[in-house]
Amino acid sequence: MTIPVNRPEPKEFARRIRAHALRMVHAAKASHIGGCLSMADILAVLYTQVLRLDPADPQAASRDRFVLSKGHATAIMYATLAECGFFSLAALDSYCRDGSILTGHVSHAVPGVEVSTGSLGHGLPIAIGMALAARSAGAGSRVFCLLSDGECDEGSNWEGILFAPHHKLDNLCVIVDFNKIQSFGSVAEVLNLDPFAEKWKAFGWHVEEIDGHDIGALERVLAAVPAPSGRPTVVIAHTVKGKGVSFMENKLEWHYRSPSDELLAQALAEVGA
Amino acid sequence: MRTTFIESLSQAASENPDIWLLCGDLGYSVLEPFAAKFPDRFINVGVAEQNMAGMAAGIALSGKTVFIYSIGNFPTLRCLEQLRNDVCYHGADVKVVAVGAGYAYGSQGYTHHALEDAGIMSMLPGIEVFVPCDPMEVRAATRLIAGSGKPSYLRLSRQGEPNLGPVVTDLRKPRLLREGRDVVILASGPIASRALEAADALAARGRDVGVVSVSCLKPLDEAVIREAVSDASLIVTLEEHILRGGLFSLVAGAFAGDAARPPVTGIGIPEQGGKTSSAGSREALLDAAGLSVPAVVARIEQALARR
Repeated sequence: MTIPVNRPEPKEFARRIRAHALRMVHAAKASHIGGCLSMADILAVLYTQVLRLDPADPQAASRDRFVLSKGHATAIMYATLAECGFFSLAALDSYCRDGSILTGHVSHAVPGVEVSTGSLGHGLPIAIGMALAARSAGAGSRVFCLLSDGECDEGSNWEGILFAPHHKLDNLCVIVDFNKIQSFGSVAEVLNLDPFAEKWKAFGWHVEEIDGHDIGALERVLAAVPAPSGRPTVVIAHTVKGKGVSFMENKLEWHYRSPSDELLAQALAEVGA
Repeated sequence: MRTTFIESLSQAASENPDIWLLCGDLGYSVLEPFAAKFPDRFINVGVAEQNMAGMAAGIALSGKTVFIYSIGNFPTLRCLEQLRNDVCYHGADVKVVAVGAGYAYGSQGYTHHALEDAGIMSMLPGIEVFVPCDPMEVRAATRLIAGSGKPSYLRLSRQGEPNLGPVVTDLRKPRLLREGRDVVILASGPIASRALEAADALAARGRDVGVVSVSCLKPLDEAVIREAVSDASLIVTLEEHILRGGLFSLVAGAFAGDAARPPVTGIGIPEQGGKTSSAGSREALLDAAGLSVPAVVARIEQALARR
């Protein structure tokens, strides 16, 4: 299975999904725009360059899997899937509205979503199961799982982090959206993860540490899965919470707030919408 | 029961190459035959039940049927949210198998007693819950859940339980272990053997007592239970579980709306919040909890006297 060819290049894709997410969060008065914007470039590279998915056949057995473990970052996820053609862009208007399947934590009722998450620390074990099954099937599928940094407080992740290298799951790639801010403070203040890369290395992972907004770096490390070392890959992507909107960048409050009409206009202008 | 389970599972796995078994580093001297026969479909995930349950969901969502196995509260309460969100919410084909029902690990203490599991598992949406009373029901349950395509909970005791009744024809239907129409004891799990002893003791006193094994708690076949108790002047539930959320709750709930119904006496294990448990065999702990055969007989006689 190959990537359909009609996707825009990643920078343009990221611009579009940032704009959609801003509009969706504004209209729904929803939360989590900061953590949506920090992962926009990661999703853009995954969905335009890396994942072998076909929106016309979303359940194809040989597809790659993407598991969004930070299930609160739905606006940007749904925007991504709509941009790829899993469902219409117009449907994004129903985000978080009465009766919509576009819930504020990601739902597998939405075409293109593999699993529902939202309680943190669930995605990686599920992704590990998918990677085991994919290896058993021998179809060459890869499994990508996006974690938030705050989510790495959850012990269930560390159970999986022990397991995956032991079983040489090289078709598994974890990406950590390391934007340094969790819901009630900075990661360093709440529960420090440092030395983060060293922890993964000690557990036996192939570790890549990059700028999570560097399209070229993201393409290089994500396209290299499975790692030649035979180990699972973790990409520690250093990102900026609220990336692309000056007044949201590195601001805890934008974990929760939704922009006013005026701030939305400014934000859209800044992301180039 | 453990051995019967693994034999039945191996049989099912021979017929279905999509059946996997995961264990949380438990099952020594029990699971080895399966592991030897199906090494590509057996994983000891380590002492990590949350990861085991989440992984099982991921494997199942890739088209497999996954059994997860451990003792009592570990594959159930320890990873309850994974079962709720990852398994049941997705309707993933995962079978949760817990060994050590009730006081089966008696002397190990309260941490190893499964006293609330069946009720808690029953509350999860879309899961089927089986509490077999003997090896024959274990065999039938394993075969049934291996092919059901749904999340399931299978609660096993431990070892050496005798068969208590005739061949199981349909596990979903309560199974008549002893004829009798006036007092009907509904029992779930191996405690049904004590129900049979109590029924014999009551029969010796001239009482007409039937015993029915209710091994499928969810979905509960209310129609068959209604038929079994249609002539009864007293219904008794007997379970190796607290009353809240278990068989008593289900049966009482089933009859709650009826205009005329026999009284229901629930006999189970008292909640022991804040109390320490003492060491003891399963039998000794059951006796101490008021589930000795004489105590069960006395409770039934009291209930009949109040009628």
